[in-house]
Amino acid sequence: MTTQHALTEYLLRLGDSDIILAQRLCEWVGNAPALEEEMALGNVALDLIGQARSWLEYAAELQGEGRSADDLSFRRNEREYRNLLITEQANGNYADTLARQYLFDAWHYYLLQALCDSKDARIAAIAAKALKEVTYHLRRSSAWIKRLGDGTDESHQNMQQAIDDIWTYSGEMLMADDIDNLLVEAGIAPDSAAIKAQWQAHVSATLKEATLDCPPMDSYMQQGGKQGLHTEQLGYLLAEMQFLPRAYPDAVW
Amino acid sequence: MYAQLVDTGVKRVKTLNEMSPEERHFQEKIDADIKIEAKNWMPEAYRRTLIRQMSQHAHSEIVGMLPEKNWLTRAPNLKRKLQLLAKIQDEAGHGLYLYSAMETLGANRDEELEKLHSGEVKYSSIFNYPSRSWADMGTIGWLVDGAAIVNQVVLQRTSYGPYSRAMIRICKEESFHQRQGYQILLEMMRNGTDEQKAMVQDSINRFWWPALMMFGPHDTDSPNSAQSMQWKVKRMSNDDLRQRFIDQTIPQLELLGCTVPDPDLKWNEERGHYDFGSIDWSEFYSVLKGNGPCNKDRLKTRRNAYANGAWVREAAKAYADKHKQAAA
Amino acid sequence: MSDWTLFEVFVRSKHGLNHKHVGSVHAADAAMALENARELYTRRSEGVSLWVVPSAQITASSPDEKEPLFDPSDDKVYRHATFYDLPQEVGHM
Repeated sequence: MTTQHALTEYLLRLGDSDIILAQRLCEWVGNAPALEEEMALGNVALDLIGQARSWLEYAAELQGEGRSADDLSFRRNEREYRNLLITEQANGNYADTLARQYLFDAWHYYLLQALCDSKDARIAAIAAKALKEVTYHLRRSSAWIKRLGDGTDESHQNMQQAIDDIWTYSGEMLMADDIDNLLVEAGIAPDSAAIKAQWQAHVSATLKEATLDCPPMDSYMQQGGKQGLHTEQLGYLLAEMQFLPRAYPDAVW
Repeated sequence: MYAQLVDTGVKRVKTLNEMSPEERHFQEKIDADIKIEAKNWMPEAYRRTLIRQMSQHAHSEIVGMLPEKNWLTRAPNLKRKLQLLAKIQDEAGHGLYLYSAMETLGANRDEELEKLHSGEVKYSSIFNYPSRSWADMGTIGWLVDGAAIVNQVVLQRTSYGPYSRAMIRICKEESFHQRQGYQILLEMMRNGTDEQKAMVQDSINRFWWPALMMFGPHDTDSPNSAQSMQWKVKRMSNDDLRQRFIDQTIPQLELLGCTVPDPDLKWNEERGHYDFGSIDWSEFYSVLKGNGPCNKDRLKTRRNAYANGAWVREAAKAYADKHKQAAA
Repeated sequence: MSDWTLFEVFVRSKHGLNHKHVGSVHAADAAMALENARELYTRRSEGVSLWVVPSAQITASSPDEKEPLFDPSDDKVYRHATFYDLPQEVGHM
């Protein structure tokens, strides 16, 4: 495996995770629990789509096949998608959505912070811009974990259930495979062990403050998204998202 | 117009001589174009009319998000997805600006939402039509927002200060909405396939008449207009606004290379305006009554969102109370 | 949301300028009010600083008192720089 191949895969993982999570957030439009939350979810989704575009443009350039970020987003099949499994999980209730968002944000924040020091200058630049946005995402989602965890009995129960349900998808982002390892050695990507320690500290502290039980860190964790092996949910999401470019292959929009 | 058929509860417009000293003082301020502010004395009917008008306007912004949401998750590329999401988000924001202005009159957002959910207070009927294709995202931005803007530009000069300031802010932000819509259509007409061009024409055919209905019934059939005009909560008549919209829209339509489904539409040199065919008002009243293709769905979506979110709003409140006590 | 508090929002658009009232938001607490105000009133980089104040905490002057409160300052022209005529030679002061 060449560094270039590993780098392309790595960029797809970042970009795909952003676009898939943003797509899920878009599904909330018109349905959020308060109008103020419509605004907030919209802002997070806008940030993530913007970040996806930056990562995927870079990936497309490295591939050198004349494809664009749009081609990558709208013309790849499920098996070619490299997003984390956690990002494709259905919205569920608002606690489910926030639990998914928070666990992702905490990882995203520490990862981007580390990527600011990447030896790849373009990655460092994209990360620096994205970090500002994700700092806010994390602040917002941690606040909601506490509000719902330490709110009413009902919200506490819902949030605990949400954390328990999504937990098995939270390990994948902290596990390194050959691609990660190769890029760590090249100084392009950070060591996931360091991210893992930071993530675990943030999550256990936040859940504690939210009066929630933190599931065991050594629980069995699902993985496969980074290699293109997805849960059954992704196919439907892509079918919807990619409908127009697939149905009208020659059209320009 | 996002607020339609707003009832003033007033049977006949009073002359200055018939007014009480307070009323006269109030009307003289309005006549002198001095803005009325929240704490100023105002007739109860003026206050209620404004609450009705602003809440309808706000509800329209919120319900108006739904036909666009229908294509947000199917936007054809990242750029269009970003643009559409930003536009929908602005609409939520505009709803909030308007509710906020409405609350300065002592109204309560939740109570007004209840009235929306129970069907007591309407929103613009245009949103009871379905968005059937991606081209509808263009048409809604161009024609529907375009019609709303014609109205809102005039409302920047409305007599109630907070409403006027909200409209100024909204107009400033909305300038991109119409351009965004028009550009979607232009791209499809100039660079698209035959199928796409047909999609655009079909969309315009479906939205043209409902867009013209947005301005409300003819002036002669608008019993509340006279009072609203005297109070300057309405600044131009329905028919004048409609004419202004048509006059500015037809050249844009021609540039697209499209047509509207009105055989009577033609330029009248003498009047300096376009003549147009007669509007089917029975359709307007029927949709208003609840018979539009989407009336039930739209309300159900809003009701469910509100009901399903209750536990979240309560939890945030409970958390805040707990921590306020802890801090005290 | 009737249980959520109404907060008035003030935005400082640039460093060095005053905070200006822009509208209101609903929120369960002040922290959330700041978040909501940020989402609603600064989407187009309108601000560098935000204040939120519970609406109930604002005491406003009554419009009936406009004359006693504000009219007396109308005739105090000597508070304004343009009141003082100086010879051209002084230049800008």
